[in-house]
Amino acid sequence: MFLKYFLLVFFCLSFLPSCFFKKKEKELLINGAGASFPYILYSKWIKEYKKEKKDVKINYQSIGSGGGIRQFLSGTLDFGGTDIPVSSEEEKNQKKIVHIPTTLGAVAITYNLASLKNQTIKLTGELLADIFRGKVKYWNDSKIQEINREISFPSKKILLVYRADGSGTTSFFTEFLSLKSPVFLKEVGKGKSVPWPFGLGAKGNEGVMGLVRKLEGAISYIGLSYAISQNLPRVAIKNKDGFFVQPSLSSLQFTAMQALKDKEAYTESLIDKKGEESYPISGYTFFILSKLPEPKGSALLDFVKWSLTKGQKFSESLHFIPLPPPVRWEAIKKLSSLKN
Amino acid sequence: MISFLKKINLKTESHVGDLIFFWILKFFALLFIFLFISMALVIFIKSWHAFSQFGFSFFVDTSWDSWRKELGALALIYGTVFSSLLALLLAVPISVAFALFLNEIAPRWLATCLGFLVEMLAAVPSIIYGMWGLFVLAPFLREKIQPVLSENLSYLPLFSGPYYGIGMMSAGIILAIMITPTISSLCKEVFKIIPVTNKEAVLTLGATRWEMFKTAILRGGSSGIMGAVFLGFGRAFGETMAVTMVIGNKVNLSASLFAPSQTMASILATQYAEADSKLHLSALTAVGFTLFVVSVFFNSASLFLIWRMKKKWRT
Repeated sequence: MFLKYFLLVFFCLSFLPSCFFKKKEKELLINGAGASFPYILYSKWIKEYKKEKKDVKINYQSIGSGGGIRQFLSGTLDFGGTDIPVSSEEEKNQKKIVHIPTTLGAVAITYNLASLKNQTIKLTGELLADIFRGKVKYWNDSKIQEINREISFPSKKILLVYRADGSGTTSFFTEFLSLKSPVFLKEVGKGKSVPWPFGLGAKGNEGVMGLVRKLEGAISYIGLSYAISQNLPRVAIKNKDGFFVQPSLSSLQFTAMQALKDKEAYTESLIDKKGEESYPISGYTFFILSKLPEPKGSALLDFVKWSLTKGQKFSESLHFIPLPPPVRWEAIKKLSSLKN
Repeated sequence: MISFLKKINLKTESHVGDLIFFWILKFFALLFIFLFISMALVIFIKSWHAFSQFGFSFFVDTSWDSWRKELGALALIYGTVFSSLLALLLAVPISVAFALFLNEIAPRWLATCLGFLVEMLAAVPSIIYGMWGLFVLAPFLREKIQPVLSENLSYLPLFSGPYYGIGMMSAGIILAIMITPTISSLCKEVFKIIPVTNKEAVLTLGATRWEMFKTAILRGGSSGIMGAVFLGFGRAFGETMAVTMVIGNKVNLSASLFAPSQTMASILATQYAEADSKLHLSALTAVGFTLFVVSVFFNSASLFLIWRMKKKWRT
């Protein structure tokens, strides 16, 4: 009998908290999801923004660019995140989409060769393509040695480690290799996941890093912010103007500025740009937005604007590359087309 | 349950509480059937695009190439079956022997302790196995086991090629550890079903203990053991996280235990979130559908075999 009353009271009590919380003003909930690469940065932005605007709650889930685009186009998200601009094929029957760059990214080539200390390996795009399609098999191959005369390479076999999960990193990298070597495009192809001819696959940047660290002679490609934060060695790659450039904050910002100077839209890729300091495997990552009904629309625009201005100063501490100011201005101009 | 309730004729005795309870139970029971069928249906509809595009060649094509839109599941099926069989090969003798030891030889206190410990193995989350495989097992295999095998047995296709630690071999071993508790606890139940009189009869005929094991328990429980093996196979078949971490994730048809490979579950885990195109997504769903059908088959076969054995010994 007591149990019955106890349950009854418990049941009633369980409704009590909701009575209190209802009195609070309703939060505006904005949902976003997509690219996993900028997730750490976006989380930081959302946290900091929340301190300023207490009545807006923004969610961002790291589900991958492909998932972000799909869910955004099907209308389940208020905004998406992607490393690769939405293709016109995907966009065709849809609402008008605006891409807003949020940060710069690059693909760094990293390796594990214990005998090389503090020496920077230099490679060309063509040579990278030959390595990644399995034609150049040993580290002391004459083609590699030729560019790096001051380094003595061990006669280790090159072991390829790649991203097994579909990823924007793979997409950027294979795009670059295909551009440099038609044979690579024919043999391997390009896209978020490609059939690599040999080597081992790992899931995510951290999986790739784990394998590279364990396997002597391994070579792999990895997101730049990850490579910087984990202090991995980075290969300098020959750019369009013939200079060997290591990926870094300054070389990426230079690349973006150069593209802007050449009057290219920022949705164009940043791969293989001109300029002596340009790093050839760079790209933006984007928010994808479209017109939203009020009050969500203006709340989201305010957040995006905030992230392009105040938000940018959080980038560097998290090993992300802030956008150069002219790119920010350009993006803010674009935002006005979304105003209701 | 339903037939039982009908027998006591609820409607005429009509106790309202019982009646409501009956309908609530019926609703939940039917809900599960509905969930099962709708799940199968949705997966099938989503994979129709790939099935209609590739037809039967989906199951015999070895390349998995989303860029050229050549997507075939054979290499994945091969990787799944190979790793699961490898796991069975390692796990079944150990599990059966272990169950025999617990039931027939070990003193009661030891049997309880060991039985508990092995069941705990089943409670460990699979990602923990994966991490252990990646950080402990794979380096151990690469440094201690595989060089020896490669040096002495490399003329066998099973041990040919370069070795990395990560690959089919570590996946098989991890899976074997994961399915051992499943198989051994089921074998234990199966051996308990066999009447004590049977064992005593064999012993009185002058059989040794080993002969008793062989004739009374192993032969008598053979269909039950098969059931346990099928259940273990089903579990290994669908295991995802641990396998993804140690198998090397390369779509590959290779006979070598050293080679990296890919299973149906692991390709879903790695590629689903970032599928390139509609066709790629649909092909992945088709792989999921295949996995679903095969798992259902093995699980129901296992249930059927154990049910048949129980019936045999209870009458």
